Amino acid sequence: MTITQDMIDRVRADFPLITEDVAYLDNSATSQKPQSVIEAGKRFYETENANPLRGLYRLSVAATETYEQAREAVRAFIGAGSTEEIIFTRNATESLNLVAYSWALDNLKAGDDILVTVIEHHSNMLPWQMAAKKTGANLHYLYPDKTGAVTEEMFRNALTPETKLVCMTQLSNVLGRSYDLRTYAKIAHEAGAVFVGDGAQSTPHIPVNVTDLDVDFFAFSGHKMLAPMGIGVLYGKKALLERMQPFLRGGEMIDYVTTEGAVWAELPHKFEAGTVNAGGAAGLLAAIEYYQKLGWAFIEQRELELTRYAMEQMKDVPHVTLLGSDRPEEHHGILTFKVDGVHPHDIAAMMDEDGVCVRAGHHCAQPLLKYLGVPNTTRCSLAFYNTEAEIDRFTASLATLRSRMGYQD
Amino acid sequence: MQNTFYNEILTDHNLHPAHKHDLPDANMQLEGVNPSCGDDIILKLKVEDGKIVDGAYVGDGCAISQASADMMLDLVIGKTEAEARRLSDIFLRMIKGHITEEEHEELEEAGALIDVSHMPSRVKCAVLGWHTMDEIFDEPQKAMEEAGQGKAEVGES
Ligand SMILES: Cc1ncc(COP(=O)(O)O)c(C=O)c1O
Repeated sequence: MTITQDMIDRVRADFPLITEDVAYLDNSATSQKPQSVIEAGKRFYETENANPLRGLYRLSVAATETYEQAREAVRAFIGAGSTEEIIFTRNATESLNLVAYSWALDNLKAGDDILVTVIEHHSNMLPWQMAAKKTGANLHYLYPDKTGAVTEEMFRNALTPETKLVCMTQLSNVLGRSYDLRTYAKIAHEAGAVFVGDGAQSTPHIPVNVTDLDVDFFAFSGHKMLAPMGIGVLYGKKALLERMQPFLRGGEMIDYVTTEGAVWAELPHKFEAGTVNAGGAAGLLAAIEYYQKLGWAFIEQRELELTRYAMEQMKDVPHVTLLGSDRPEEHHGILTFKVDGVHPHDIAAMMDEDGVCVRAGHHCAQPLLKYLGVPNTTRCSLAFYNTEAEIDRFTASLATLRSRMGYQD
Repeated sequence: MQNTFYNEILTDHNLHPAHKHDLPDANMQLEGVNPSCGDDIILKLKVEDGKIVDGAYVGDGCAISQASADMMLDLVIGKTEAEARRLSDIFLRMIKGHITEEEHEELEEAGALIDVSHMPSRVKCAVLGWHTMDEIFDEPQKAMEEAGQGKAEVGES
């Protein structure tokens, strides 16, 4: 498709926080929110606010309807078979912990193996470390090559006859590379393992279909894909969810309770204890509608154009090294780099002085950075609403960093 | 050049530190770490009769953490423990934004970090050296052991 300046301008106008004052290039940490998402949350509290799933009066019914409409939108967005398989959580981290506590602790035993890649965000690593410690299972790591690439052969070699669980991200928050979960889930299943996909970074950038991927669980956060903070999703196959115990216990997740015990509610409510984030779900619904309106063709093409442009500009700046692949197609807008002799925290602070927001540090992926031999890095992460002008501002700032730190070249 | 926190005093101490080197005859030393940033220094002091006669540091981290340690050593070498601790108190109050103009002047070049009081995420970097020095004085036994000194040897000083 031909993307016109007018299309770009209109998209930018949808985001109130996107102005010419600052270049927001930290989209992998959290995305900006379009007006329609902000309005959806506002509308919920102004016109529908009541405790969903509880009240028998009309207001509560309206709140419930919005909440369940959001669930249906999520189901369609990720191609799940049934809304029973869509559980609302706070974020990807909570979703992954739910699987660790409610599935792993009850289904793993001493001598079993868990396979995790070293690419993972801490949120897709620490829950499995916990599960391994508590069950006596062994945690194994798959190491990619130094550009982050994983091959089918590497994956097969990392599996053992004892592998019962495989946890892997669909898109790296450091390298921007995407991973073919469909192939890996298939291989894992042949080996008798359950497959957990982390979609926190993929859902904002690429279309996802969990039925096609055939993953058993899939976790993501609303806030990275235009929705408010505090609403996230766990997809799980019904057959697995049905056999699992609840993660949290309390109101809303029971059919009936006696002083001795309780009968759990049907899916998905069994996993949604306590009052839910219906305002957040309303925002997530609006975010999904925004993605649908804009369309993946525009988003993917625009993000690739921006990524390619940024990589070309960065190439000309001396003393800058980009992590990961040298192909723009393998970055999805995520450009993590180092600058010789300048600490990432100083880079982020100087860029802030220039009105550019980037992330500095270990990006919650310390084992990966240690493996790559770079304890600290800076990350510029783009979204479809960014522009070439913002990238110019970033690279202009990048080019001055060393001289501002007192280096002669 | 625009108004920048990264002024010449700061960048000069970072790139050309006077005190970033080993100090073989140090008798007290401790490591200071900011795990979240990866700032990591080992502060080494040679203390005789309650006076800092020499000091140095090694390590790495962001410009603020490294330059701050270097400026601190400029200031405290030649001072008594009590004077050094008083300066540390002034520095820490400067970072919290509670300091008089006279006190600010006493800090000499270390006063260049005054704007860190508006940068909450960088406070830890700026105070790393100072905290480590305070710790050396708070835990002299540990600091002497870290420097490879037995009790008897420095017990008198
Ligand atoms: C790959 C990946 N997984 C999981 C998470 C955790 O997301 P959240 O903090 O929203 O739970 C992140 C967030 O940075 C991420 O990038």
